[in-house]
Amino acid sequence: MSEKASKEKKEQTEKQKEQSSLRQALLVPVLAVLSGLILGGVVMALSGSNPFQAYAALFAGSFGSPSVIIAGMQTYFATGDNNALVRSLYPFTESLVTATPYIFTGLAVAIGFRAGLFNIGAEGQVFIGALCSAFIGYSIKGLPMIIHLPLALLAGAAGGAFWGMIPGYLKARFGAHEVVNTIMMNWIAFRLSDWLLKGPMQASNFRPVTPNVQASAELPRFFEDPLRFNLGFFLALLFAYLVYWFLFKTTLGFEIRSVGANPDAAKYAGMSIVKNIVLVMSLAGALAGLGGGAQVLGVDHWVGQGFSSGYGFDAIAIALLGKSHPFGVVLAALLFGFLRSGATNMQSMAGIPVDIISIIQGLVIVFVAAPAIIRWLYRIKSIKVEETVLTRGWGK
Amino acid sequence: MSNTNVQVTNLALEKRKRVSYGMTLLIVGVLMYLFFGLNTQAGVQTTFGLNVAGTQAIVIPDLIVPAQTTIYLMVAIIVFAGAYQLARGVKSTGLLIGIIAFTFVTAFLTWAAQDKSFNLTGMLSSSLVRATPIALAALCGVISERAAVINIGVEGIMLMSAQIAVVTASITQNLYIGLIAAILVGGLVAAFHAFLVIRFKVDQVVSGVAINIIGAGLTSFLSAKYLQSDTLNNSGTFPIISIPILSEIPVLGPTLFANNIIVYLMLVLVVLMHITLFYTPWGLRTRAVGEHPKAADTLGVNVYLMRYVNVIIGGMIAGLGGAYFTIGSVGRFDELMTSGKGFIGLAATIFGKWTPIGAFASSLIFGFADSLQVKLQILRVPIPSEFLLMAPYIVTMIILTGVVGRAIPPAADGQPYEK
Repeated sequence: MSEKASKEKKEQTEKQKEQSSLRQALLVPVLAVLSGLILGGVVMALSGSNPFQAYAALFAGSFGSPSVIIAGMQTYFATGDNNALVRSLYPFTESLVTATPYIFTGLAVAIGFRAGLFNIGAEGQVFIGALCSAFIGYSIKGLPMIIHLPLALLAGAAGGAFWGMIPGYLKARFGAHEVVNTIMMNWIAFRLSDWLLKGPMQASNFRPVTPNVQASAELPRFFEDPLRFNLGFFLALLFAYLVYWFLFKTTLGFEIRSVGANPDAAKYAGMSIVKNIVLVMSLAGALAGLGGGAQVLGVDHWVGQGFSSGYGFDAIAIALLGKSHPFGVVLAALLFGFLRSGATNMQSMAGIPVDIISIIQGLVIVFVAAPAIIRWLYRIKSIKVEETVLTRGWGK
Repeated sequence: MSNTNVQVTNLALEKRKRVSYGMTLLIVGVLMYLFFGLNTQAGVQTTFGLNVAGTQAIVIPDLIVPAQTTIYLMVAIIVFAGAYQLARGVKSTGLLIGIIAFTFVTAFLTWAAQDKSFNLTGMLSSSLVRATPIALAALCGVISERAAVINIGVEGIMLMSAQIAVVTASITQNLYIGLIAAILVGGLVAAFHAFLVIRFKVDQVVSGVAINIIGAGLTSFLSAKYLQSDTLNNSGTFPIISIPILSEIPVLGPTLFANNIIVYLMLVLVVLMHITLFYTPWGLRTRAVGEHPKAADTLGVNVYLMRYVNVIIGGMIAGLGGAYFTIGSVGRFDELMTSGKGFIGLAATIFGKWTPIGAFASSLIFGFADSLQVKLQILRVPIPSEFLLMAPYIVTMIILTGVVGRAIPPAADGQPYEK
């Protein structure tokens, strides 16, 4: 009896501990985002705009205006006409659409962090993935969807994996730092796509864009035309779960995390550093490539110059904010999806350039990377500073 | 026993290296023959111009060579060198790389400019100009990393400096005030980086990336909001200062002694930093802090102060590099106009083995690749310009593999110091 009671008590304290550690884990990111938004507001105010008005426009642009949604519901219940309701949901679903590539690229950067690698090349990997998916999507005709769509997605993953594998191999074999190499791979990817879009993959002679992908390669959409919400979002969630399962429930995932936490110990335990680095960079590339593929097949249906508006760079902030945990990444990606999607509305309504989001992002990275600043700003004593090694000097 | 084993493996390694270098030379030679030799018509001449239009008192005759013969000569040289390397082996790998680079570039230019004229002096001069921002970014890398702080935020620093330079110069109508503003902003941002990584021990690469993102975001934001009209974004550029007598020397004169102030400052900084780093107590302390901070601390060197000062000086140099993009070359700011030059500068730091002169020399290679790409577009070489634009990035990656001599960073590079 007493044994049982003590066991229960133990469980209870463990639960409490878990809860407090969850609170601890969320405290810094939430305060970091808050501080970033406040400082972003200061920048807006300094540049002569009203930050409250701007954030209101941002909110309306990302969630939709509540009054319009209620009006849409009323007409739906009164007449059964769902047209107005669907339209009122446009901003909200558009935010989810924007968040989709962020989830993929955020995972691509996060999985790198877990292995002690800093993958800044997600942007290039997105480009290559998108181009590969588009190529399979438009060049093969007459396949049933059940084969064509997975094939096109797979092509995107393979292209991204190849683009990530090169810096991974160079790091593992020669110790060449992945930060510089992934950035170089980005520039090479941009030039390569410029050439492909002006030459071999150009649809017509007028604009540097690829042809539209076949209908059989498109990710199915859930609503009628203005709403672009599609299966890609759920695919992203599925991959977030898969990455979680891979990292925390498999031996290979354990190896990767060990290499990230302490490469020397991992080496003495018989794990191959070279294999794991190449594997992680390929996986990261595959995830980013899938992000590009999902964007092409689900949203745009073609690739043009400047196709990616910084998905790979925003991903760095997303992975840091999400503490390199797949579920954290999903939350952070949703946040940035809403911010980015709303920023367009903010630009047209309040006249504030969308680049403000980049400023906020940079600030959030600073705050997340330096919890001591948050602790000092908000006079919090009890923040546990996690010692996670993200990167190591040159070529080690 | 084990000693001989080591010797045997060393010998095997030596032999493998010898063979692989020899084979590389031979393969490059064959490729040169296939691509350049066979695609050149017999009897066609290539003209290399050696004068810059109408500025010089002494005009020397242009270099006119028979194209095919020159290319075959280059192929012969590289094949001979390759065969000699296979048979006997050459001690200096630098010499081999020099041979590859010289013969390949000569053959390539002769092929590309066959039946046309190619201004060699103009090309060298533009190489130095294009190397200037890269060299300044590389010098920033050298001085920061010698004190063990990696500053990957050079790109962002240069963007912000470029913008502030053109804005202040436009407002005050004085380019020198713009230059000073750029240097100050560079130092300020670097101080922020130093504060984060020294005081709060933020991961150095993460802090640098944050600076890049903020730099890109802030400059684009301000540019979209305020710089669309010409009033704030039209400063003019620094005039070219020709040094009397020296600028009259053929080839060297127009290349080295007829430039604007930022190029001269860069050249002075290279020499100055070399002397400071290796021949003064300050330099010795800086290097000690970068190699073994604990030992330096024990001997009474203020590790944190050394790091702060070096990173801030580095930022000021990067700020100068940023000023080059606007008031040093085009006189206006465009969004993301640095296009990766800061990162290329970091690669030059590594390739230059963390020495000022090495960093400058590697920047020249990047500058050469950069200006070659422009010149080739003018010559209408049948290679898509996008591939030519990729060249500097691919060169960077090859260099980083350490195939061209392994580079060893300062021992404490990138690590925070805890007392």
